[in-house]
Order: sequence, then C-alpha cells, then structure tokens
Amino acid sequence: MKYLDEFADPDIAKRLLTQIREITTQSWRVMEVCGGQTHAIITNGIDELLPDTISLVHGPGCPVCVTPLEMIDRALAIAALDEVIFCSFGDMLRVPGSASDLFAVRAGGGDVRIVYSPLDALALAEENPDRDVVFFGVGFETTAPANAMAVQAAFERGIDNFSMLVSHVLVPPAIASIMASERSQVDAFLAAGHVCTVMGMRQYERLVDDHGVPIVVTGFEPLDVLEGIRRAIIQLEAGRAELDNAYERAVTQEGNVLAQELLERVFEPVDRAWRGIGTIGESGWKLRDAYAAFDAERRFSVDHITTVEPSACRAGEVLQGLLKPNDCEAFGTTCTPRSPLGAPMVSSEGACAAYYQRDALTMRARS
Amino acid sequence: MCLGIPGKVVELSDDRGMVMGVIDFGGATRRVCLAYTPDARVGDYVIVHAGFAISILDESAAQESLELFEQLGFVEGAEETVAEATSEGTRS
Amino acid sequence: MRLREYPQITMAHGGGGQLGADLVTDLFLPAFGAAALDAELTDAAVLAVGDGGPYRTAFTTDAHVVKPLFFPGGNIGTLAVNGTVNDLAMVGAQPIALATAFVIEEGFELRLLDQIARSMGRAAKAANVRLVTGDTKVVEAGHGDGVYITTSGIGAVPVDLRVAPDRIQPGDCIIVSGPVGRHGIAVMSQREGLEFGTTITSDCAPLGAVTADLIAAGIEVHAMRDLTRGGLLAGLCELADAADVGLAIELGDVPVPDPVRAACSFLGLDPLSVANEGTFVVFVPASEADKVLAVMNSHPDTCKPAVIGTVVADHPASVVGRTSLGGRRVLVRPMGEQLPRIC
Repeated sequence: MKYLDEFADPDIAKRLLTQIREITTQSWRVMEVCGGQTHAIITNGIDELLPDTISLVHGPGCPVCVTPLEMIDRALAIAALDEVIFCSFGDMLRVPGSASDLFAVRAGGGDVRIVYSPLDALALAEENPDRDVVFFGVGFETTAPANAMAVQAAFERGIDNFSMLVSHVLVPPAIASIMASERSQVDAFLAAGHVCTVMGMRQYERLVDDHGVPIVVTGFEPLDVLEGIRRAIIQLEAGRAELDNAYERAVTQEGNVLAQELLERVFEPVDRAWRGIGTIGESGWKLRDAYAAFDAERRFSVDHITTVEPSACRAGEVLQGLLKPNDCEAFGTTCTPRSPLGAPMVSSEGACAAYYQRDALTMRARS
Repeated sequence: MCLGIPGKVVELSDDRGMVMGVIDFGGATRRVCLAYTPDARVGDYVIVHAGFAISILDESAAQESLELFEQLGFVEGAEETVAEATSEGTRS
Repeated sequence: MRLREYPQITMAHGGGGQLGADLVTDLFLPAFGAAALDAELTDAAVLAVGDGGPYRTAFTTDAHVVKPLFFPGGNIGTLAVNGTVNDLAMVGAQPIALATAFVIEEGFELRLLDQIARSMGRAAKAANVRLVTGDTKVVEAGHGDGVYITTSGIGAVPVDLRVAPDRIQPGDCIIVSGPVGRHGIAVMSQREGLEFGTTITSDCAPLGAVTADLIAAGIEVHAMRDLTRGGLLAGLCELADAADVGLAIELGDVPVPDPVRAACSFLGLDPLSVANEGTFVVFVPASEADKVLAVMNSHPDTCKPAVIGTVVADHPASVVGRTSLGGRRVLVRPMGEQLPRIC
C-alpha cells in the first residue's frame, strides 16, 4: 500500500461517478474549501465528469488568494530591505500586492528565496548570522504547525536573526461566514482533509449544528474527492445534514493533539481581513507576546504602506461562491493570467485561473 | 494549503532534541521533521506537508476504504451498503 | 500590478513559460525588423547561403545559465554542447561546428573551469561535432554565477528536407523519445532550500544521431522539438501555436519515471512542465509511428519512447489532455518558471 495510486484507480473512479449519477435527482451546489482539492478537480477534469446538476464551487481555501493585501504589501516592503533574506513558499511569489510582487522585489535587488519548509529558512538563518532571515508564514491550519515549530525552535536555540511574518487564516470562521450570508447558495461543504488532520473534527460539528448544512471531510486523491462528493450528495438527497469523515486514513475525531498544543502556545486568535472578502472576526492567528522577538511584524516597522486594490476585482465574491469567475466583467478581458487584477487569477489553484484555462479554448477568440 | 503527500519513513534521527526522519516518496527522499508524529517507526507511512509529518497513515482504514470502493455497484442492495458506510463515517 | 507593465525583467521571464515567449514576440522581433517578424520560431534557423547547392545552413544559439553548475548527469559544459547540437538536430541538420563564448566570474576556480572544458570536449566528440572557435570574458566577482556559456552552432540540412512546424497536419501522431522531467528534477535536487535525495540524473544527451537515423530510415518527419525549460508542455504549446493545430494528448501515456513523479508530488510540481535536456517530440503521419518507435527503441541514445497523442483539427493552437479518469484538462504553460507550492 503506497496510498497514492490506489486512490487514483480509474476503474473505481468510473464506478464512483456512476454511483453519483444514479443517486443525483436534483441540482446541488457543493463547495470545496481547499486549493489542493481544486487542483485535484482541475487536473483530473472531475467537474466535467460529474452530472450537470452538480455544481462544484471553489471556496476561499487558498492562502495565495486570501492573504490580506496589507500583509502582502508588508512582505514586499520587508523583502526589499538590504539586510533581509526573505524566504517564502513558491506559491506567494506571483501574488500581486498593491504595486508589485516578490518577483519584482527580487528584480529590484531584494534577496528573495523559495524554500520548501520553514525549517529551511531557519537553517538559512543559522548559516547567515549577519543577515536577518524572515519567513513568510502564510497558510491555513495545515501549515501552522510547521510554522509554530520553526518559531519554537528559533526561540529555544536563541536564533535571534530569524523572524516570521505570520498571516495564518482559519477555515471554520470562513465557512461560518459563508453559511451566514443570506446570499449563500452552497448546499454542502467538502472540508479540507489535512486541516482536519491537524485540528480534528470538533469545530465542524458546531458548524453543521448551527447552519444545518452537510460537511464531508475529504481527501485529495481523485477517489477521495469523488467519494467526498458522493457522500455529500447522499446526505443532500436524503435531506440530512451531518458531519461525515470520508478521509478516515488520515483524519481522526481529535486530530493531532501535539500540534494543537504547540499552536495554542505559539499563536493567538486575531481578526483578519480576508482579501476581497473583508474582516472575519477571530479568523486568523498571530504570534503571542512571548514570541514577539520572532515576529517580523513587530521587528520591522514598514509603515508607509498604502494599500490599493483595483476596484474592478471581484475576487471576494468569487471566493465565497457568489460569483462564477466567467460571470465577472473583467474575466478574460482586463483580467487574465498575464495581467491579473487579483490573486485568484494568479494562483494555479485560484478559481479564476482554473476557469480561464478551461475556457482558454473559447477565450482565444475573445482576446 | 493542503499539499500533503504520503511517504514512507526510512530513517529516524534527532536534531537537537527534535525528532527528524528521512521520508521516501517513491524514489525521492527528503529530510522531514517528525515532532508531531513521535510514534512513527521506520516502515510507517506519514502525510508530509511543508517538511513536517502531520499524521501517521492508518493502513487498516485505507484498506477499508478501498474495499468499500470495490463493493460499489457490484453488491446487491448497494445503496444500503452505501448508507451504512455514511453512518459509520459519522460515528468517527 | 500587471507583470506586463513592469519596467524590469523578472525571473518569471526566464522560466520557459508564457512571459518568456512574450518577450520574444513583443520586444525582440519587432526591434529586429521585418525579416525577423517573418521568421519561423523553430529551434534553428535554416538559411540558404550562397547560390544553392545540395545543402542549406542551419544556424542556432543558446545561452546556458544553470545553477548549480555541476548536477547529477552533467554540468554546464555538457549542456552547452548538447543543447546546441540538439537545436540543430531538431530541424534535420547534420551538426558541423560549434562556437562557444564564456563569461567567467572573477574568483572562479581554474580546476572547475578545466573540468567543464574537458566535459565539453568529450561531449563534442560524442556528438560528432567540432568546437571551432570561441571567446572568453571575465566579469567582477559577484556577477556571472561562476560561469555562463553561450554556444552557437551550424549544421547542414539537405535542400530537399524540410522539418518545420507548418508541416504538422491533423492526423499526425505525436511521439516522445523518452521519460520526461529528469533534468529539472536532477538540478532541483541540489538547489538550496529544496534539496532532496534522488537517483534521477539529467537526461542531457546529444540527439543528432537518432534524428539522423529517423530521417535515414525514410520516415516522413514533419516536425521535431527538443524539450528544454518549460518541459513537455512548453514544447507542445509552442508547436500547437506555430502550426495552428490542436493537440490531443493522452496524459496517462506520457512516460514519467517514478522518482520524478515522487519529487514532483511533495514539491507540488507538474512533471509535464519540468525541464528536459535530451528528450524530444516528433510529429509523423500515423502510419509512420511504428517505424519511429523501432528506431528509438533500438538506439542507444533513446529508450522507452511513447506515443502520447494526435494532432487534431479541433481547438487550433490549443493542447488538450485526456486524464486517466477520462476527463479533460486544458494544458496551458505556466506564466513563468514553475514553482514549488504548498497549496
């Protein structure tokens, strides 16, 4: 058992699709809240294989798309400082800030480096004692444990030339916000499997109870995604609204307790402005005061930041499932992957970029 | 946010008190921190995200999932099996 | 801010993605004049020189800036020789001679320069091409990343042979000469911040002999393209564009070595966009496919070739893949270089 090929078996996929087709009698809108699941859907062409009555909506599950603009601008300002080595996951390099992005900062002489793990950034700090190494700590609850451990290790080892620019966002408040909106059209959610691997399933029970919408914890391989959808449809067709775990091999009720303990120790809740969506209360994490020395936000005063979002960008509505990318006036005309107005057109998991690639065949005629 | 990939633990070590390991993803190996999965043993499969193992994969749960898939549409009263599966899922 | 409006070049322009292609069509070609605008954007230019004769001259150039300079399976020197030899081979040319220019950083170790030069000598010999002239310059420490090498090459194309994108027709079969993604993964495995262990080595190799065999076997070769930065995807997208045809790719048939797949999995990369250096695609009428596979299977420089798709009249200038689930995936080049991701 290698856990990959087995969960991509085309014959079983076809059987799952047949099952889904057989049980679907009405139109349903299912939202997946994870860039990784969006990626699996797009690269396998799953949404086109589903019956037309099932609409898959891509939610705000991609840190590239939802990291607050002000935080991006702050990152760009810090990365441009001479003494700084700015380390980031590759995803963030093309995200547009108000006037620039990390690629442009690098072109202008900033030392911007891609790393695979925050521990790589920590190692760089140890190897370069005369420079300030800053790591861009973005992501959801899946990534927060990695970032927490890097900060904790810096703290214990006294690596005082290391700091983190923390911009974590949390999934449950986002789902609650979407469900609470009167414009919401989502019938069921596929919860992000690895977020639940870390945090467990408890927070989602409350969401199901409060809003009466089915939530299925779903994995990332093609069979996982199809099974998540199948279980959501079963509930919807039966008029049920329950929390269901379709990723049993990697998710337990209580989650990873060790990770939760360190998260509690290192981070505290904070209100966050989700790009395009607005402020959602207590929907993010920041470093606690005990770790102030490792908080890049406190360490570097980069205050002359004027944040300007192009007004034509409707990313927020797209991310909440209120607008389909190809219904946006700017889509394919003033907003394309070459000249993106907002983050969802930049990230390969962004809903707008995904739609653009799908529509590329007809888009060529338009542009 | 969720690029977590299964890989096999092939080596365990320690870096200044932090449990580390080498994970084999099927021909590419990487040094990974196992602090959040301290019970991982050589031969176990873990989910790795951003250089950290976040869970040990449950092989029996994986087998059960695959067996369930195998039964889909081939067993009489398949819909019943499916309903059982979902209610079992909510139990966990 | 729109990347197109940047006043400066960024790394995204160099990655074999769409932005790099834009730079050629939007900045260089218009500046080079009308003749350049008419040029076919193939791997090498094929020119008539003098008043005819049995051959035309193929002419090409390549700049090499790889980091690290030494990687599993080769170094910047072997890349410099094979890369240019391959550009000539892709238009059906017999490579004749190479010229190489070195930009060397002050402080670079002579011992390493010697190793690189010797590798180039060996590679030239293996590719049956002569290194006939060159140039060296030294730049101050802090510039040049050790050494940059630019190689130009000339070759001879029989006057009655034309291997070019406009020969591609609906119905043609698309064949890849071997497994993809090896070079990019070999190089990336050594890159700081990403390092990982792997047995994969670069596929850097000369392709002149196998392309000559394809032509000598009397196979009607319509077009060829060696896969470099941007991977299989870039090569296919460029050809679909140049020939204004649609390409239908059977994604499950694209050969990807397990270690490449493994590395791509945890870095979040698509093997189709990972660089290659000794692998190419060839377009032939469907009836010739078996002959192509026979030549490639028995040639020492290629192994595990595979038919990966067909040229179609639908969706011109677009590449569409069929996933193993039977779904559809529109294949588009990334904007810049493909980057590792967590999302």
